[in-house]
Amino acid sequence: MIFKGTTHKFGNDVNTDYIIAGRYKFKTLDMKELAKHVMEDLDPDFYNKINAGDFIVGGSNFGCGSSREQAPLAIKHADISAVLAKSFARIFYRNAINTGLPVVECDTDLIDAGDELEVDLAGGNVINKTKGQTIPAKPLPPVMIKILNDGGLAPHFKKYGGFNL
Amino acid sequence: MGQTIIEKILSKHSGLTAKANDIVVAQVDFIMGQDGTSPLAIRAFENMDGKEVFDPQKVALVIDHSSPSPNDGVSALHKLMREFARSKGVHLYDIGEGVCHQVVPESGKVGPGSLVIGADSHTCTYGALNAFSTGVGSTDLAGGLVSGKMWFKVPETIKFVCQGELPQGVYSKDLILYLIGNVTADGATYKATEFTGEAISCLSMDARFTISNMAIEMGAKAGLMEADDTTFTWLDRFSDTKFEPVEADSDATYAETKEFDVSDLEPQIARPHTVDNVCPVSEVADTPVNQAVLGTCTNGRLEDLHAAASILKNRKVHPDVRFVVAPASKLIYLEAMRDGTLQTLVEAGAAVVTPGCGPCVGTHNGVPSDGENVISTANRNFKGRMGNSKAFIYLGSPVTVAASAITGKITDPRDFIK
Repeated sequence: MIFKGTTHKFGNDVNTDYIIAGRYKFKTLDMKELAKHVMEDLDPDFYNKINAGDFIVGGSNFGCGSSREQAPLAIKHADISAVLAKSFARIFYRNAINTGLPVVECDTDLIDAGDELEVDLAGGNVINKTKGQTIPAKPLPPVMIKILNDGGLAPHFKKYGGFNL
Repeated sequence: MGQTIIEKILSKHSGLTAKANDIVVAQVDFIMGQDGTSPLAIRAFENMDGKEVFDPQKVALVIDHSSPSPNDGVSALHKLMREFARSKGVHLYDIGEGVCHQVVPESGKVGPGSLVIGADSHTCTYGALNAFSTGVGSTDLAGGLVSGKMWFKVPETIKFVCQGELPQGVYSKDLILYLIGNVTADGATYKATEFTGEAISCLSMDARFTISNMAIEMGAKAGLMEADDTTFTWLDRFSDTKFEPVEADSDATYAETKEFDVSDLEPQIARPHTVDNVCPVSEVADTPVNQAVLGTCTNGRLEDLHAAASILKNRKVHPDVRFVVAPASKLIYLEAMRDGTLQTLVEAGAAVVTPGCGPCVGTHNGVPSDGENVISTANRNFKGRMGNSKAFIYLGSPVTVAASAITGKITDPRDFIK
C-alpha cells in the first residue's frame, strides 16, 4: 500500500484533545461531522487545508492523552492517509491500528511542512520527494500487521469469531 | 528470572511466562466503558457480529463524562448505552452515580492481581489497588466485551522509589506532578510504572489513587503499587472477594529505578498547556485565577473535599472566582453531606455539581471564557481541555485550589495551614 501526499507538520505532544476536542466528541457518532473539527484547537482552519491523501506529521508522543478512538477516526475521515511521528502514545497507536489508520514511526525531523512524501507501508520506507531522501521507518510487529491486513480489529473478529493472532 | 508486578499479572492471566516485550492474549477480570467511548464500542461490538457480552457480571458502563446530558446529541448516545446495558444485562451507572474511576473501585470487583481494561485513559487509577488496569479505545473494549480477552505487549517497568514523608501542606498530587515534571510527558511511554517506598506506603488509599491516576500523564500503561494493610482495609469496606496480592520479585528486571526523597517537596503546579510543565507554587504565585475546580477522577475523593474544606471553613471564595465542586461519586457526595463538608464548601461559595467529569473534560459545568485562568485538581491542562482553547489551566492539589479560590490568585496553601 503506497500513499502519496503533502505534509502538514505539527510539533511534539500533539494530544487527543487537539486532534478532536472533548466538546465535539460527545455529540455524535458521525465521524465525517467530527472530522470537520480535526486539529481545530491547534489550527482553526486545518480541515479546509487538507487535500485527500495528505499526511499529518508530528514530533514525539503523538496522540497522548485520552483513550478516545474518535481521534484516529477524525483524522481518517478527514481523508488523511497516514500519520507519521517520531513516537506515538500507546493508546492512540493501538486505536489507529484497530480502526485502520496507518501510523508510521520515523525520524520526522527530516520532514518539513509542505514536503511531498511517498509512504510505502509494506516496504516500511518513507521517501521525501521534495528533499530526495529516503527515511527508514520502524517496522510494525506481526500482530499489528495481521490486524491491519484484516482491516482492523472488528473485521478480524468478524472473520475469526475472536482473537486469532 | 524474577518478574515485575505486571509480568506476574499478565502471566497468570495468559497462562504463559510473560516477559517484557512478549505479546500475550490475556483473560480480563473486568471491563469498563464511559459515555465518551462506549457508544463507539457498541458500534464496534455490532461490527464484530457480537451477540452477548462474555460475562455481564464483569462489565460496567458509566455515564459520567456529560452527566446529566447537556444536549440532545449526547442524550441519544446515553440512550444507546442504556439500551445496550439493558439488553445485555450489564450494570449501568447512570447520571449522578459518579466518575468511572471512583465507582469501579467502590463496586468491589477490582483489587490486587486483577486485570482490568477500561475505555478511558485514566483506568490506570486502579493500579493503586495492585491491579493491572489500563486505558484502551472503543474497539479494544468491544473485543473484550465479545471475548473476555485482549492482546497485550508486556511492558518494561520503571520503578519510582519515594523516600521520606511529605511535609505538611504537600499532598500526593504534588508528588505525582513533581515526578511527571521530572520524567516528562512521554518519559514512561509504553512502560509500566511501580511506585514504592515509605512516602507511598504511608499514604491513604485516596492519596494513592491520585498518583496511579496520573501515571498516564508520563505516558505509562499502568501505575502499580503493592498491596498492604491500607489496601485491604479499604477493600474490606467495599468487597467480599478474596484478592491475592502480587509483589515484584527481588530480582525482577526494571528498565530504570529512580529514587526521590520527598521530605523537602513544595506544593507543585502544572502550568499551561502541558502536564509536565511543572514548577513549585512559588514560581507562579499571584497569577490571577477566574475559576477554581475541585473534583475529577484525580482529586474528587472524600479526603480531597476534607482537605479543601479545612482551609475554606469560615472563609469565603474570592468574589471574582467561580468555585466548582464535583464529588467523585454519589457515595462521596453523601458522606460529604453527612459530615458537613458540603455545607462548609457551599457556605464558602462553592457551586456543587453532579458527580461526573464535565468541568475537567470541557463538556459542560464550568467552561471558562477567553483569556481566563483556571486552577484545577484535574489531571490535564491541555489547551482547550475545559472547552475553550483560549483559556489557561493550572493544576494543583485540593488545598492549593482552595487557597487560590480564597485569594483569587495562585497561592501556596501553606499560607493557610500555619
